[in-house]
Amino acid sequence: MATSIDLVSLERPQEMTVNTQDENRRPLLSIRDMTVEYRGRGGSAKAVDRASLDIFPQEVVGLAGESGSGKSTLAYAACRLLRPPAVITAGSTIYGGGQFSKSPRDIFKMNDDELTSLRWKEIAIVFQSAMNSLNPVMKIGAQLRDAMDVHLNLSKSQAEAKVEEVLDMVGIPRDRARSYPHQLSGGMRQRVIIAMALVANPKLIIMDEPTTALDVVLQREILSQIVELKERLGFAILFITHDLSLMMELTDRLAIMYAGRIVEIGETQALRSNPLHPYTRGLLASFPSIRGARRELSGIKGAPPSPLDEIIGCPFAPRCSFIRPSCSEVSMKLEQLDRVDPTHLSTCPFEAGQGDFVELEKIKGGPDE
Amino acid sequence: MKFLLRRIGFYLIALFVAITVNFFIPRLMPGNVVDSLMAKYPTLKPQAQHALEILLGVGHNGSLIGQYFTYLHQLATGNLGIDPLQFPTPVISIIKAALPWTLVLVGTATVIAWVLGTLLGIFAAWRRGGFLDQILPGLSFIQATPYFFLALVLVWVLSIHFHLFPSQQGFSNGLAIGWNGPFIASALDHAILPALTIVVTSMAGWMLQMRNVMITTIGEDYVLAAQAKGLANRRVIFSYAARNAILPSLSGFALALGFVVSGTLLMEIVFNYPGIGTQLYTAVTSNDYPLTQAIFLVISVTVLVANIVADVIYVVSDPRARSKGE
Amino acid sequence: MRVVARATQLKRSFSSQNTKVKVGIVLTLIFVAVAIFGPLLAPYDPSAQSAAQGASVAAPSLNHLFGTDQLGRDIFSQVLVGTRTTLLLGILTGLIATTLSVLVGVTSAYIGGLGDELLSLLSNIFLVFPALPFLIVVLGAFPKSGEITTILLLAFLGWPWGARVIRAQTLSLRNRDFITAARESGESNFRIIIFELLPNELSLIAASFVGTVLYAIGASVGLDFLGVGNTTIWSLGTILYWAQNGNALQLGAWWWFAIPGVIIALIGTGLVLLNFGLDEIGNPRLRDSNSSIKVGGRRVRPSDPTPVEIGVSSAQFGVPSSTTKRRDRRQLGIAAREVSVGAALQSPSTIDSNGRENSIATLVDANDTSTSQIEDSQRRGA
Repeated sequence: MATSIDLVSLERPQEMTVNTQDENRRPLLSIRDMTVEYRGRGGSAKAVDRASLDIFPQEVVGLAGESGSGKSTLAYAACRLLRPPAVITAGSTIYGGGQFSKSPRDIFKMNDDELTSLRWKEIAIVFQSAMNSLNPVMKIGAQLRDAMDVHLNLSKSQAEAKVEEVLDMVGIPRDRARSYPHQLSGGMRQRVIIAMALVANPKLIIMDEPTTALDVVLQREILSQIVELKERLGFAILFITHDLSLMMELTDRLAIMYAGRIVEIGETQALRSNPLHPYTRGLLASFPSIRGARRELSGIKGAPPSPLDEIIGCPFAPRCSFIRPSCSEVSMKLEQLDRVDPTHLSTCPFEAGQGDFVELEKIKGGPDE
Repeated sequence: MKFLLRRIGFYLIALFVAITVNFFIPRLMPGNVVDSLMAKYPTLKPQAQHALEILLGVGHNGSLIGQYFTYLHQLATGNLGIDPLQFPTPVISIIKAALPWTLVLVGTATVIAWVLGTLLGIFAAWRRGGFLDQILPGLSFIQATPYFFLALVLVWVLSIHFHLFPSQQGFSNGLAIGWNGPFIASALDHAILPALTIVVTSMAGWMLQMRNVMITTIGEDYVLAAQAKGLANRRVIFSYAARNAILPSLSGFALALGFVVSGTLLMEIVFNYPGIGTQLYTAVTSNDYPLTQAIFLVISVTVLVANIVADVIYVVSDPRARSKGE
Repeated sequence: MRVVARATQLKRSFSSQNTKVKVGIVLTLIFVAVAIFGPLLAPYDPSAQSAAQGASVAAPSLNHLFGTDQLGRDIFSQVLVGTRTTLLLGILTGLIATTLSVLVGVTSAYIGGLGDELLSLLSNIFLVFPALPFLIVVLGAFPKSGEITTILLLAFLGWPWGARVIRAQTLSLRNRDFITAARESGESNFRIIIFELLPNELSLIAASFVGTVLYAIGASVGLDFLGVGNTTIWSLGTILYWAQNGNALQLGAWWWFAIPGVIIALIGTGLVLLNFGLDEIGNPRLRDSNSSIKVGGRRVRPSDPTPVEIGVSSAQFGVPSSTTKRRDRRQLGIAAREVSVGAALQSPSTIDSNGRENSIATLVDANDTSTSQIEDSQRRGA
């Protein structure tokens, strides 16, 4: 099955090799060393710095981080949807699902036609604000249909049937197809954009903070709907959010981003029980758990570095409670540092007990049981 | 619907204000207007004088309120008075003769300018930093030029220097007015320079406005969503971006109509074009109050009607306007 | 907090200057200077006629830079004197009208309810009122009226435009959190308007002012051209009035109407370009530098997929680029701090000295100014 791009033998270490021993489990999307810059007159800012991430079919991958950590940038850049002045200056994003499963292609090298066939049919996006991502002057039904017109060859009645089908799937009454966005409630609008993402049967759906603007009850409803749809239709999800506790419940694997870099990645359970990177530990300590003993919550002092700054070494060092001299020059490569689980990677060897660390200030609290 | 009703209510009030202002204009003029008219035009007959007194409110013809209602009644019956200069021509026929010239010229030219300007604005925004963006300062220069100055320049260059187009009037002398070939050809010939003036000057303004709104709209999430769906560029530009960007432009179009009317007034005077503008100018400078009053009223009404049309177009275009009250 | 943020934003946008705005500012300043000093510098009295041979309708020459008109009057002097009249009229009208606009617009939006309805009705009526015909009629009836009348009338008819826009923005600001917070904390309405609302609307108010000046100049030039104003006062429009009346076109005296006309257009252009700048301050998306970049020699459009340019990074890792000094300093600051903490905690011999020394060496090599910083922090750390 040799192809021009061999997903298995890339230079990435353990994470790839282990998982791809099972050939059916080749990644759907494989991001390697992606670097995204925003170019301005006074210089440029790196929003994403050598990030690597894999997404496998039918799994839910979470991408967590503070505002400005680059998580949305990473996701949009993978689909080449970032507007000027963004430029992708390094890396590759290889997609090997759906139409591309026989011959995976690097999205960064695709031409316009290939991108069009990739968009929506293979990778769809659910944007953050439903009100803003719906065209205010077009009826809902029309907006659902125009994606179909590009990607599916349906007759008029087939298309209308599909619209109804997709509205049923998200629990919206069919007659709403004739409404305008401003006539729907917030929760309905959110469901509409989810329905819209499903229209061309994509293999991967990127969800950018889909429930951040909603109240908790609605959040719960919509998320369970998403999970149910995923089970039924079999798509993978890249779930972007800053809400770590939500991620813990929802995702199979989790990637933590800081200052444009992925600092820890692995199965959610592994991160939860054994967070390797100090930033991850800090994040977990900031969220209360509904169960378990009460403990003192701590935040993480300080703020992320400005993307305009060129950083040498670990970007988290100024805020980290543990430090050693090589923090200022460490190479920020994801490595297997979990003694037990080879898929759990981190850039910081702190917890793994490698290297000499001096504890400046004890981090209060710890991971949940 | 509520929106439209409110607007219509508003226009009725505005009409009322215009009529009232109109009513008061001659009454605020210095001196006894009828006497000065009589002095200027001694051939006026006594009946005319009496009619004028009523119209212009000279002498004690009852209370102000009474005069006002008489005036309203006159308006309702289409009686705008007799013109002292072209006695005994009723004012209304003078207006009837002049108005179409203005409406056709101004209407057509403005629509052409708006369409062209808007299209160019859309492209300037979509091709950010391209050729159209480079000529922006040049366009600003044109936009800053007073209508009539451009008219003078065009007359100088195209008419006097190159003898391409006639510089005065609406049609050549001696032709019979009507739907005949020579007349229409001559009319078109005479309309080109004035129309060109309007188009060139106002197009720049529309283009700049549309470009700015379009740039903001392109940055909206729903345009990005449309691109994410893989829709064709043309669809994204027109059905998603432009369709939304045009809304403020439409309402701006209506508001600008007031200025369009004013600008073309001056331009008509430069070209001696037989429209309402020239008539107003002549009327004002010769103290022809009945005509002045009537033309002012007609202009007010025209502007209001244009605004109503623009509002209707807006309501039809923006579904949100139909639900909300404002 | 909010005002400070806006102030620095203003400063930054002036410094990242746009050619368009620069040209606009220069043009406007030139004509303001002419307005101030013009009449002092005029070589002749603009109304001074000359019946001398060849003095009438003379082309531009050294004696008469802009030529003479039909009565032998010097057009250059007319322009110098007229610019002041026109500009002064424009600015005064702008001031009065903008003040009214702000008053009505802000109050109307802030009060809401019936007051808002009535004020909006009032401004809307003025908006549809045909101003120029009205001015023609009124000024035509009172030909001896001075400039003040014109200014007042123009201001009276021109304020609604600004009021509408300002009202719209005040409405959107009124519901923002910082206003609610101010209200909750008991700040008086008056103070809220002056100190919280207005500073955030400055660029809009400025743009409205410039727009009104533009409108006033245009209207007054038009009225003067028609001769309905006071033709004894020299303004730029009056020159054109005489030109039209003296058949400048037919006589071929292009300088008589072209020069004043171009000057009017230049004044207008200056103001329009200035307004561009103000627009861009208020709406950052319009700024060129924000979204127009070139990749591979070709400009990137919003419709293009994100461009990929592998290996051409202007932010090279490890070697600070010398063009962005600010970045250098902060970067080195972080690195220096990290190094110094390490130095404080470890004796040089136990750490991987190669690695550490290498990093300092790289930094020092690249940028001399770094040495003192590192020394400073080392001194502090140790």
